[in-house]
Amino acid sequence: MNAAPAGLAELAPASVPAQVDVAARARAIGAGIAARHAEAVDRDGRFPTEAFDALREQRLLGVMIPAEFGGGGASLFEVAAACHALARGCAATGMIYAMHQIQIACLVNHGTNGWHRDLKARIAAEQLLLGSATTEAETGGDIRNSVCAVKPDPGAEHDRFTLAKNASVISYGDQSDVILVTARRNPDAPSSDQVLVVVTKDDYRLEKTTRWDAMGMRGTCSDGYRLEAAGVIGQILPLPYADLSAQTMLPVTHILWSSTWLGIAADAVSRARAFVRSEAKRKPGTTPASALRLAEATAKLQQMKAVILAAIRQYELASGSPEQLVGLSFATAMSTLKVTSSELVREVVEAAIRTCGLAGYRNDTPYSLGRHLRDAHSAALMIGNDRIMSHISTQLLVQRDGSGAFE
Amino acid sequence: MIAGIRSVLAECGGLAVDAETLAINDDLYAAGLTSHGCVGLMLGLEEEFDVEFPEKLLNRRTFESIAAIRDAVRGLVDGGEA
Repeated sequence: MNAAPAGLAELAPASVPAQVDVAARARAIGAGIAARHAEAVDRDGRFPTEAFDALREQRLLGVMIPAEFGGGGASLFEVAAACHALARGCAATGMIYAMHQIQIACLVNHGTNGWHRDLKARIAAEQLLLGSATTEAETGGDIRNSVCAVKPDPGAEHDRFTLAKNASVISYGDQSDVILVTARRNPDAPSSDQVLVVVTKDDYRLEKTTRWDAMGMRGTCSDGYRLEAAGVIGQILPLPYADLSAQTMLPVTHILWSSTWLGIAADAVSRARAFVRSEAKRKPGTTPASALRLAEATAKLQQMKAVILAAIRQYELASGSPEQLVGLSFATAMSTLKVTSSELVREVVEAAIRTCGLAGYRNDTPYSLGRHLRDAHSAALMIGNDRIMSHISTQLLVQRDGSGAFE
Repeated sequence: MIAGIRSVLAECGGLAVDAETLAINDDLYAAGLTSHGCVGLMLGLEEEFDVEFPEKLLNRRTFESIAAIRDAVRGLVDGGEA
């Protein structure tokens, strides 16, 4: 139970590989090792170990840590492209990578003290995997309220805390090296007054309470745990979680999740295209009837890509201006991105299945799309679209026309 | 104006505590104000003071304390945008 993580910036290896195209490295892993094990990961509901070994080897876990801490200093655009490339081969790999990078973004943007800086250097040097514990058995999917609270430890000589959370989901909890936990600021705080607490493997103990056996995204291993942690007050990110969520966690989550879903959709369309081409080769000179569905799938895929790219651009424009990031219209844009892309991924995969017909429906052809469909169905449920739309509709009661370009 | 803000807070803010007990610089989010509560609060303030909050004031900071709300409303009543 060390007070601070051991590594320091100077311990980072001197020969950090140059920032060669992050997306290209992710693409190679996605199309290679991740795709090769995707079926087994899905069938056995196991962590995609091989893909993450490769990601570590390629130093892609610390790629968004700024260069001054030994990381790759990659942009959100590059990381989004990496999520997409990984998800083309294995959706669970893409989603775990996305969830990891969301936590990194929170730490990078809001972890400013010495403890956080040391941890950033350690993540880059050791390629640590970050997870999160935002949902709680008592509050369900309502991540903006907590029951558990940071408790000051009066017995300790320095400013220490303890924290116990009945976390209904900690995706890849067994494999995580660091977990970011939401909790009430103190035992007297109302449920909405939350902070984000960073705890490392040395600080916490996990006891598994439920097993993840789901329709899709089976490799994310989203098991439930009882988490008990202790640490120093400096581990708590100083910004209130509501602000941190508005400025970083919410936009980055929706952008990276959507990019992952785009990867699922893109692979489904690739399979549909290959199927139509093989049909066309059998009857040269005629365009197969199923090609019409492929065109439909492609149009929706393009639409999906457009909303994601627009959102990344919006985020880049607003970055550095907390005022814009916490504004209502930005929040609405990021939330609608999630709803739109999560519906589109399912529509694209369904159109791809209609294109391939029984060859897509069967589980034993090169055009099989069962896994894609099951994975795609998780999108509308991760932070339920109905909950988001109901929140947006409340916000719209007070929203005004913006004054920027295209508003 | 402070009394008016307190009464709107009590009616529309959905706070965990009695609005009368809050000091004007107390953190309203620590008193249980949520983003959902902010919407009701803002609509209530617009009705009470016959003002309209512009886009740039629609953020958490505007509603973080009774004093912050007073400054924002005063700016709007005076015709500026605070």
